[in-house]
Amino acid sequence: MTAPAPRALIAEDEPLLAAALQHALAQAWPALQVVATVGDGLSAVRQALALRPEVLFFDIRMPGQSGLEAAAELADAWPADTPFPALVFVTAYDQYAVQAFEAQAVDYLLKPVQAARLQKTVQKLQQTLTHQAPAATVLEATMAQLRHLLAAPGMAAPANPQTNAPLTLIQASSGSQIHMVPVSEVLYFEAADKYVRVLTATHEHLIRTPLKDLAAQLDPQVFWQVHRGTLVRASAIRNVTRDEAGKLHLALQGRPEKLAVSRLYAHLFKAM
Amino acid sequence: MPHFDPRSLLRHGLITTAFCCAIALALTVSGQGTWDVQLAYSLGIGVVSWLVIDLGRVLLARDAGWPHGWRGGALIAAGISTGYVLGSLIGNAYSGSAQLLPHQQGAMSALVITIAAGAGISFFFYSQSHARHLQAHMAQAQRDAAEARLKLLEAQLEPHMLFNTLANLRVLVATDPPRAQAMLDHLIAYLRATLSASRATTHPLADEFERLRDYLELMAVRMGPRLSYQLDLPESLRSVAVPPLLLQPLVENAIRHGLEPQVQGGRISVRARTRPGPAGPLLVLEVHDTGAGLAATPPAGEPPGSHFGLAQVRERLATLYGTTATLELIAASAGGTSATVTFPLKPVTP
Repeated sequence: MTAPAPRALIAEDEPLLAAALQHALAQAWPALQVVATVGDGLSAVRQALALRPEVLFFDIRMPGQSGLEAAAELADAWPADTPFPALVFVTAYDQYAVQAFEAQAVDYLLKPVQAARLQKTVQKLQQTLTHQAPAATVLEATMAQLRHLLAAPGMAAPANPQTNAPLTLIQASSGSQIHMVPVSEVLYFEAADKYVRVLTATHEHLIRTPLKDLAAQLDPQVFWQVHRGTLVRASAIRNVTRDEAGKLHLALQGRPEKLAVSRLYAHLFKAM
Repeated sequence: MPHFDPRSLLRHGLITTAFCCAIALALTVSGQGTWDVQLAYSLGIGVVSWLVIDLGRVLLARDAGWPHGWRGGALIAAGISTGYVLGSLIGNAYSGSAQLLPHQQGAMSALVITIAAGAGISFFFYSQSHARHLQAHMAQAQRDAAEARLKLLEAQLEPHMLFNTLANLRVLVATDPPRAQAMLDHLIAYLRATLSASRATTHPLADEFERLRDYLELMAVRMGPRLSYQLDLPESLRSVAVPPLLLQPLVENAIRHGLEPQVQGGRISVRARTRPGPAGPLLVLEVHDTGAGLAATPPAGEPPGSHFGLAQVRERLATLYGTTATLELIAASAGGTSATVTFPLKPVTP
């Protein structure tokens, strides 16, 4: 075999567990080179893009952002000329996660990681790496899996979704006032740091409710998620354009700005 | 209709019929007339009374299956009198007797039998249904209590925490046995405290702080340099009686919502002090963290069990100290959160 040694990145916030996984991998797969170990979801994306390893081990619960969110962000930013890495999620206990992984045939490891189980994962990874499918196919398949995982209960979506009636009014405070903004007037929601911007044709409001929670209370047929941080009223989309880099952008009725569509959600826009 | 149960209605009907047959048989044997006439009167009166009482009960009943207070008595009286009048007419129609009442003495004894039998059977049905209702009530209460206990245990023995701790322990066993042993000791103390917390009503504040130390030590192994902590308990307050593991959920929240989401981690400090109150000195217990702060804590749709911790502390305080206890959650201006529990200072009773 003349192929270069496969490289891996480990994202795990507990230092002992990261070291242990690296140690166990050295035994189970001596040829694998762990090029970086990071402790949070933001560094995971940065380092993976910089180093472009072939295998990723992502812990699910991490500071910064979850392993799942990191994987989605990575898929979105991944360069087209390199095959997307093989993903293995690592989790301590999460019945929701395990169910979702099983359903999507995504490989996962349960902590504490046991040698025999790790050996199986390694075999699967070795097979995947030797029979490498075309980069585009791999990325497409990974994105489909991630989309399903992000939508699975208990993952990014709340574990016990509120059975309340759908949200009809947004209550946005500004100074000593609370503005009542009918959801029917909202054109899009955009996450901005610790706030969510609520945009109507004429106004902008700021609320503190996370986008994730808003999404759970809005009709997914009416508001489409087109980006990790954007929920847009589908009927307000005037047209979709593709730029030179292949990225999609939305033009809205009633708003001058354009909204970027992340690669993860590009499948929503296809000519009939 | 509330509590309409066709099975209980049918059962009451069958019992009534059997009882009427018994009365008819007894009257026949004691020479009051032919058996078929006695049966017609007896069944007529019995079945009509049963129908009025049982259907009326279904219409008027609240939770116990029977109307409350005077309405129950009135219903039975109405049932018995309707049964007597209509039943007598049915009996008359059968026997061909033109008179409403055969003769004075017979009418009297028929009335007495009707009232006695009707009241007796009604009381029997009532006590039966009442017992069943109490039983169902108790079973429900038991289910609720069991569910609450399970929820509490689940919140305290969060599987994610437990398995991550075990994963760390597994690593340490191979690489650093003395540290593994120390970690195991903390885990044992933590589990013991968690599993027995529901049984003891109070323990000394020093014990409370020791349990917090167990938990924080476990978390410190897991989080490494991302967690630092400080426990500050004045010597004079060591023996003050407090409800066991009262502060545990607050420290867990500080880690889970404060430090865990934050890349750089943070610091947790737990302090005990006293301050004068309107009715004697108050004990003030404060859990402060330099974490992500309240704003970052999503108000809805967070992982299960997170709001449960605060609600649980509030509930325990309310049960034990009523309105004299408070729980305050304050967003510190420099980021981070401060949770403060205040309640009347009481010395440990040996």
